[in-house]
Amino acid sequence: MNEAALPPPRKHGRLVVRLLLLAVAFFAFGFALVPLYDTFCEAVGFNGKTLRDATQAKDLPPSAVDYSRKLDVQFTSTLMPGLPWEIRPLEPAIELHPGELRTTRFLVRNLSDQTIVGQAVPSVSPTVAARSFQKLDCFCFTQQTLAPGESREMALTFVVDSGINKDISELTLAYAFFPAPPKP
Amino acid sequence: MNTATHTLDPHAGHAHHPAGLMRWLTTTNHKDIGTMYLTFSLLMFFVGGAMILAVRAELFQPGLQLMKPEFFNQLIGVHALVMIFAALMPAATGFANWMIPLMIGAPDMALPRLNNWGFWLLPPAALLLTMPFILALFGIGDGAVATGWTLYAPLSVQGGIGVDFAIFSIHILGISSIMGSINIIATLLNMRAPGMTLMKMPLFCWGWLVTAVLLIITLPVLAGGVTMLLTDRHFGTHFFNAAGGGDPILFQHLFWFFGHPEVYILLLPVWGLMPHVLSTFTRKPIYGHTAQVYGFIAIGVLGLIVWAHHFMTAGLPVPALLYFMYSTMAISLPLAVLFFCWIATMWRGAMSFETPMLFAIGFIVLFGIAGLTGLVLADVAADAQYHHSYFVVAHFHYALFAGGIMGVMTGVYYWLPKWTGHMYSEKLGKLHFWLTVISFNFTFMPQFFLGLAGMPRRIPDYALQFTEFNAISTVGAFVLGLSQLLFAWNIWRCVRGGAKATDEVWEGTSGLEWELSSPPPYHSWDTQPVIKSGT
Repeated sequence: MNEAALPPPRKHGRLVVRLLLLAVAFFAFGFALVPLYDTFCEAVGFNGKTLRDATQAKDLPPSAVDYSRKLDVQFTSTLMPGLPWEIRPLEPAIELHPGELRTTRFLVRNLSDQTIVGQAVPSVSPTVAARSFQKLDCFCFTQQTLAPGESREMALTFVVDSGINKDISELTLAYAFFPAPPKP
Repeated sequence: MNTATHTLDPHAGHAHHPAGLMRWLTTTNHKDIGTMYLTFSLLMFFVGGAMILAVRAELFQPGLQLMKPEFFNQLIGVHALVMIFAALMPAATGFANWMIPLMIGAPDMALPRLNNWGFWLLPPAALLLTMPFILALFGIGDGAVATGWTLYAPLSVQGGIGVDFAIFSIHILGISSIMGSINIIATLLNMRAPGMTLMKMPLFCWGWLVTAVLLIITLPVLAGGVTMLLTDRHFGTHFFNAAGGGDPILFQHLFWFFGHPEVYILLLPVWGLMPHVLSTFTRKPIYGHTAQVYGFIAIGVLGLIVWAHHFMTAGLPVPALLYFMYSTMAISLPLAVLFFCWIATMWRGAMSFETPMLFAIGFIVLFGIAGLTGLVLADVAADAQYHHSYFVVAHFHYALFAGGIMGVMTGVYYWLPKWTGHMYSEKLGKLHFWLTVISFNFTFMPQFFLGLAGMPRRIPDYALQFTEFNAISTVGAFVLGLSQLLFAWNIWRCVRGGAKATDEVWEGTSGLEWELSSPPPYHSWDTQPVIKSGT
C-alpha cells in the first residue's frame, strides 16, 4: 500500500456548496409558502377564504341583481377559547337574490368585567362560494374592543356576486371570534 | 477469494487512532461511525418500544388504569419521533456508512469529519426530545411534547415546554440528516471506483441517493415550519394564528410537504437493499436493475407532490382532493414495478431460507399489505371514514414496521457476518423472525378492524365494543417487544464471537463488498478496484 497507489484526492467543495445552497433554498421556500398559500387561497377561494375587503376588488360596482335566482345565506358564529363573550347572529338566515346589497347584524356581548379586544375571522362554505361573497363593510375588518359588560350590534354589509356558481343555492358564513393577539 | 492484493489483517490500521472512548468520539472512519449509528439506533428502538408498550398496556382494557391522558399523549408522540428520527433514520444512515464505501470501492466517505459531527449531533437531539419527561419528575414543565408527532397548530402553539424541546430537537436532527445526506451524495457522485457508471451502481446506493436528495429538499421545509411555530409561540408572530391573519392549515401543508417524502426517506434504503438479499438467496442476478433505479426516482419525484392526502378531511376543495387522490394512487405504479422485480428475482431461483431471506420475504408480503391498505386510504370518499382511525395506525405500521424495521433487520442479518467476521446464530435468528412476524400481525391486524369499526387513534380510552381486539393487540405488542431482546442478544453474541464467516459469507453474493475480508480491514479499498465493462 504505497502512497502512489492512493487515488487522487477529489474536490468535493463545489458539490457540497451546491447541495448546501439547495437546502437553504428549500428553507426559504418553506417561508415563501406563507404568502404564496395566502395568495393562492384568496385567488381561488380555497379554504373558505373571502377577500379581506371587497371594496378593493376590481369588478365593483357589483354586477346587476339576478332576480331569477334565490340564495339562502346562513350565519353562524363561534367563540374561540379565552374569549368570555357571547355572540349570535340576529338573523340566523336570510334569503336574497344574487347581486343584492344586504346588511345583517350580529349581537356581541362582553360577559367579563374586563375590557377585551377581539378579532372575528370569517369563513364561507361551500368553499367555492368564497370568491363570490363580497363584504363591503364588516366588523371583521378591524379588531373590536368591548368594555366590561358592554353589548353591541355589529354590522356586516355584503353582496353575493351574481356570477356565483349555478349549482349553489345555499351558503354559510361562519365567524370565529378570537381574543386579539397581543401587538408584536 | 481473490483478495490477495488487499490488506487482510483487520488490525493493520489500528495503531493510528486513539483507543477507548476517544476512539469513538474522534473517529472519522466510516466503519466506526456506521457502527455507532447502528448501536444508537438499536438503543433508541428499545426506548421508543418501551414507550409504546406502556401505551398498549393502558389500552389493554377500556377506561384509564395506568396513566393520565396527558402522559398518554406525550408517549404516543415521542414514540413516533424517536422511532422515526432516532431509530429508523440512523439505522439507514448506519448501513450507508458501513456499506456504501465498500460497495463502490471507496476508501472512506467523502467528508469524514462532517460524518463524525453528523453522528454526534444525534445523542444530544435524542436527549432534548426525552428530557422533558425527566424534568417533569422534578416539577419543571408539564412533560414532553403532547401533540402527537405531527405537532399540528394551534395545539402545538398552546402546548408546554415539551413543544420547544421537540422543536429544537427537530432542528438538530435535521442538521444532522442534511449533513449525512450531503456526505452520501458527495461520496456516491465523486468516489465510485473507476468503471462504475451511475447505472452500474448497486441498488442500495441508488436507494440512498434518492433518499439523500429527498432529505435535502424536504427537511429544510420542516425546519422552517417548526421555526414559525417557535416564533408563533414566543415572538408574537401569527403564522398559524387565524386571529392574526394566519392559518393553522398552513402548518399541515408545511409539515406534510416534509412528512410524506419522509415515508420514502425511511423506505428507499430498505427497497435498495432488498434486491441484493433476494438475489443472494436465490442465486440469481437481480432482475430489472435499471427498472428499479427508475422506480426509485419516480417514487421520489411523485412522493414530493402528494402530501395533502394526509389531511383530506381538513376542508380542501374537491378539485384539490381529486388531484391528491389520483397522484397518490399513481405512486402504486412504480411501486408495483419494484414488487414485480423483487418477485421476478426470486422466480425459479435456487432459494434457501436463511434469516435475511425470511425477513425479506416477510417484508414483501407485509409491506404489500401496507401498499394495498394505502390505496384504500388514498380514496377520498373512503378516507372520510378511515381518517384518524386505527385503520391508519395499522396501515403505517405495516409500512414502517414491516416495511422499515423488518427491512433494517434484513440488512442487519445479511451484513452482520461481513461486519463482525462471525456468523450469528441461525437458530436464534429464525426464532426471532417467526416470533416477530407472528406477533406483529397479532398486534396490528386487529387494528385494521378497530379502525373500520370506528375507533379513533390517539385516545387513551375507548368504547366497550373495542375491548377484545385491543386486548389481542396488546398481547401481540408485548410478545413483539420482548422478541426483540432475542435480536439484541443474537447481535451481541455475534459481535463477541461465533463461527468464522467466510469473505463471501453467503453462497450467491455479488458485489465489491464481498471481495473484502470478513470483517473488512479498518482501512479498505486504499487501492480502488476497477470495474471492467460488462460486469
